[in-house]
Amino acid sequence: MKRYLARRLASLLPVALGVATLTFALIHLIPGDPVVAMLGENASPADIVGLRHQLGLDRPLLDQYGAFLYGLAHGDLGRSISTHEPVARLIAERFPATLELALAGLLVAILMALPLGLAAGANPGRPIDLGAMGFAILGVSVPHIYLGPLLMIVFSLDLRWLPLTGRGGLAHLILPALTLGTALAAILARMLRQSLVSVAAADYMRTAASKGLSRRAALLRHGLRNALTPMVTLLGLQFGALLTGTIVIEMIFSWPGLGRLMIGAISARDYPLVEGCVLTFALTYVVVNLLTDLAYGLIDPRIRME
Amino acid sequence: MKRRASNVSLLLGASLVAALVLSAVFGPMLVGSNPEAIDLAHALAAPSRDHWLGCDALGRDILARILWGARISLGVSTVVIALSLIAGSLIGGFAAMAGGRVDEIVMRAVDIVLAFPGFLLAITLAAILGPGLVDLIIALAAMGWTGYARLVRGELLTLRERDFAQAARALGAHPARILFRHLLPALSGPVMVQASFGVGGIIIAEAALSFLGLGVLPPAPSWGNMLDSGRAFLLVAPHLTTAPGVAIGLAVLGFNLLGDGLAQLVDSYRR
Repeated sequence: MKRYLARRLASLLPVALGVATLTFALIHLIPGDPVVAMLGENASPADIVGLRHQLGLDRPLLDQYGAFLYGLAHGDLGRSISTHEPVARLIAERFPATLELALAGLLVAILMALPLGLAAGANPGRPIDLGAMGFAILGVSVPHIYLGPLLMIVFSLDLRWLPLTGRGGLAHLILPALTLGTALAAILARMLRQSLVSVAAADYMRTAASKGLSRRAALLRHGLRNALTPMVTLLGLQFGALLTGTIVIEMIFSWPGLGRLMIGAISARDYPLVEGCVLTFALTYVVVNLLTDLAYGLIDPRIRME
Repeated sequence: MKRRASNVSLLLGASLVAALVLSAVFGPMLVGSNPEAIDLAHALAAPSRDHWLGCDALGRDILARILWGARISLGVSTVVIALSLIAGSLIGGFAAMAGGRVDEIVMRAVDIVLAFPGFLLAITLAAILGPGLVDLIIALAAMGWTGYARLVRGELLTLRERDFAQAARALGAHPARILFRHLLPALSGPVMVQASFGVGGIIIAEAALSFLGLGVLPPAPSWGNMLDSGRAFLLVAPHLTTAPGVAIGLAVLGFNLLGDGLAQLVDSYRR
């Protein structure tokens, strides 16, 4: 396992570098002048030159890229144009809220998907299967931007059970996490059902039955275990969507996280801050993919032997 | 049993998509009201005989805006899917056919883009390019092409070794002929399945970008910006959010069901 870990960690670096380069390229190579955009069309040429110099945009691109990587390696992402605070500090303040939301969404997805997928997978073709899978296809079809307001209308405005917006205790987390996790729950439940149905005919399931294990026990002990690897794969792949889903959800529920910071920075044309936020999101996803790979090694010993 | 389930998905999906296309094409003409005509006397009006889905905060007819929004939503997602499909197929096909070093370099580049969450890429591009229809399409296509590149490359690599391709090669067919006459038709099934699911994803992403103010800007009607402007009136006029929300949900549901049905159809053919 140690060697597996070392190899995985070593493979992290080129991917992280690639992602950082892509972020830099997106912000710096796309046509359009951020300085003119920031100052407006009527800015004086002297102001434009001044701000360009202040941001280092008058230096050769390769110099800027080098400075960007050097800063990144030292945890320095520059300063925000609108507040003049270090970008790294602004991000560090907001990141925990986003992580909390994403993890809560993940938890909701797993908690919803397990019973749905198990019930459907154990009873293929029965009404409970059709019901669960009907819910699943609805779940992936309803967009966050509608599910969020819908839950707000029902649980905050009508029933008054839960707070409408903001971050606080557990009560504040429920609706945003539900909004975020539902689509993933639906995808996960479908996959779990598929996986259970396909192992039902496997030899070891027949063995389990012939040694007197009940169908339910066999399904839980062998079927679910077999579905674990594809489930982890799916969660790893879908975490990118979950993570970026927080951007919209934070706007709906006024959740003070990275997504709101980024959208605010985009409207203020605060490019260093936008760059820092994009980079943080992307690198988080890279780290999650690494964790997914490590989880494989834990679940399935065959993988780490390779 | 399996066959019937497939037909249900396919039938439901195809009907929903057909209804969507028909209302996008003919709906705006039938309803006739101008989706941008402001009529403050009817601000936040509830659904009535004159305005079937009610009016928004500026008294604009919601039904007209939904139908015009369908044009934008469907138009944008069709163009985006076509673009990502063409770009992805060309790049993936090129990598598969070139093989060796070239293949490795191209697929590494695809991996880097894939290591970047798709919606984040779209938001960043939309933020830098600025709002607008063309920029919106570029931003969404940038997020979609990688999937097709991978799919086309993978399928090509296996299809190339299949008997029918080997036979054509043995008969001395030109590589281009093998590609266009034999491999691409065999590839169309899985690509169609992915494209159908893809449309749903693009509809949601387009709505989300417009919701964030990075896509279609008001007063032009888009389902995403309608949801955004309706949010302020959740308590007094929930129909402002219900209409575009249900529209997006039905459209995505239609394409997802269609993808499901197509996947089962392709599966049964391949056996």
